[in-house]
Amino acid sequence: MSDLTALGLCAAAAGLRARQFSAQELNEAHLQAIEQAEDLNAYLVTTPEQALAMAREADRRLAAGEARPLEGLPLAIKDLFCTKGVATTAASHILEGFTPPYESTVTAQLWEAGAVLLGKTNLDEFAMGSSNTTSHFGSVVNPWTPADSLVKLVPGGSSGGSAAAVAARLCLGATGTDTGGSIRQPAALCGIVGLKPTYGRCSRFGIVAFASSLDQAGPLARSVADCALLLQHMAGHDARDATSADRSVPDYATALTGDARGLRIGIPKEYRLEGTPKAILDLWQQGMAWLQEAGAQIREVSLPHTKYALPAYYIVAPAEASSNLARYDGMRFGLRVPGKDLIETYAKTRAAGFGAEVRRRIMIGTYVLSAGYYDAYYLQAQKVRTRIKQDFDEVFQSVDLILSPTAPSAAFGIGEKQDDPIQMYLNDVFTVPANLAGLPGISVPAGLSAEGLPLGLQLIGRPFDEPTVLQAAHALERAANFTALPPYLTKAA
Amino acid sequence: MSLDEATVARIARLARIDVPAAELGPLARELSHIMGWIEQLNEVDTQGVAPMASGGALNLAWRADQVTDGERPEDILANAPARQDDYFVVPKVVE
Repeated sequence: MSDLTALGLCAAAAGLRARQFSAQELNEAHLQAIEQAEDLNAYLVTTPEQALAMAREADRRLAAGEARPLEGLPLAIKDLFCTKGVATTAASHILEGFTPPYESTVTAQLWEAGAVLLGKTNLDEFAMGSSNTTSHFGSVVNPWTPADSLVKLVPGGSSGGSAAAVAARLCLGATGTDTGGSIRQPAALCGIVGLKPTYGRCSRFGIVAFASSLDQAGPLARSVADCALLLQHMAGHDARDATSADRSVPDYATALTGDARGLRIGIPKEYRLEGTPKAILDLWQQGMAWLQEAGAQIREVSLPHTKYALPAYYIVAPAEASSNLARYDGMRFGLRVPGKDLIETYAKTRAAGFGAEVRRRIMIGTYVLSAGYYDAYYLQAQKVRTRIKQDFDEVFQSVDLILSPTAPSAAFGIGEKQDDPIQMYLNDVFTVPANLAGLPGISVPAGLSAEGLPLGLQLIGRPFDEPTVLQAAHALERAANFTALPPYLTKAA
Repeated sequence: MSLDEATVARIARLARIDVPAAELGPLARELSHIMGWIEQLNEVDTQGVAPMASGGALNLAWRADQVTDGERPEDILANAPARQDDYFVVPKVVE
């Protein structure tokens, strides 16, 4: 039965419909795999009883010919999505024990489409991190290890638990959120596909807020087609999120034509950063050749304000976070550490409840929003954000997509890049601009580093042009034919 | 931009995060390091540029001014650290 975990979402959906196996068998196989992979720390909580109840309902519907689009398919949900009756922690001590009395819109839509909840995946605390090492519940371990080595690597972050779970076959697909690269970077580091949709494409209702003008939910899966299928049922307008886009959701599967004919792909010269490993630069070059062979035209473009994206992000995101996280005051839910009065109770609760990185970002955000500094920092960063958006608007006059590496390095060791926060922030150098500009972006696994670790290529598109992003990603995926498996899987077999 | 300990203490107070006195110095150095890196934003000419405050084109919709939810005290109080009847119990606010 264990080969049921090797299927893709689309293949599993077909297998269920053809009654080659039952939803119960499919979900049991995954629950068993999760049990045997506790050392990866990918899941914070599993919901076997709920999963099997949902699977039984799926089998009933399949037998009755009433199957919904995602009927019986086992998914993992990043523990940033509120799930009714299932603990939701954002990997923070301050929310330990919190059980939402309501469901996020994105997950509600997935369950309405027939999907099955396997459990909630680990992440960086409040999605703040690029390595999953800031989780209150311990680091996630990447199922990939360097050739001939047992060193434990990070899965990337913040959706590291979701990415590791997908790569290690502990689910068929997963949800993530991406504020500065938190879907695409872990997807790249774990050798899977991760899509950050356009800002507003998926509802943010019921997702624990980090930076509200940047946060966006999206899918992680082992193929572009699987991501397209998940996005189909995650996207859509929601009156409960005023920033969700009131526009129809196109049929993403039809975008996967297998070629890239007529597409114009821009290569931003500012993304050629000094110190980027040769394997990544070579893969980028190879990606251009693959897309060209698939019928695309490649041309160099310029995004002149690229180098200011990260520093602008580290004003805007912490500023919004400091405001969003003000709600964690120990009064209505979550941790409360009593003090001698109300103010001291707040301060002690928040000191004990938030980890170091979250405290740091709240402090920066508070500082840049405080009297006397607002204009110099926050307003200036928002204006630079406009400049970055204008760069993209300009470039998208002459090209349809942008191709770049997803991350500046392959997965690194757990505990590396911890001494200097800026070293960690640099992981998101290629992904942050799309968040600032609100654009869709995808990471596709395309090759291996010298150490045998997966590397991803990123495609960025126009607002709401996920179909073109998926089309080119699909062409890239076919050409790259990435079939390498994480040593964690081959070793176990 | 260099932040001194007094500034960090002030930010901590504003952020309602208790920072022990011994941690103010290291935190000041850490935050100064990050803010120093951010300082490069001043190189960008933003004369006449409008600030971007939203992630997408803002097209705020109107809706009817109606109550659409409510009457769920049990849901709302389910995660309360302390409750009495249908109330949150909080530290004394008024002396």
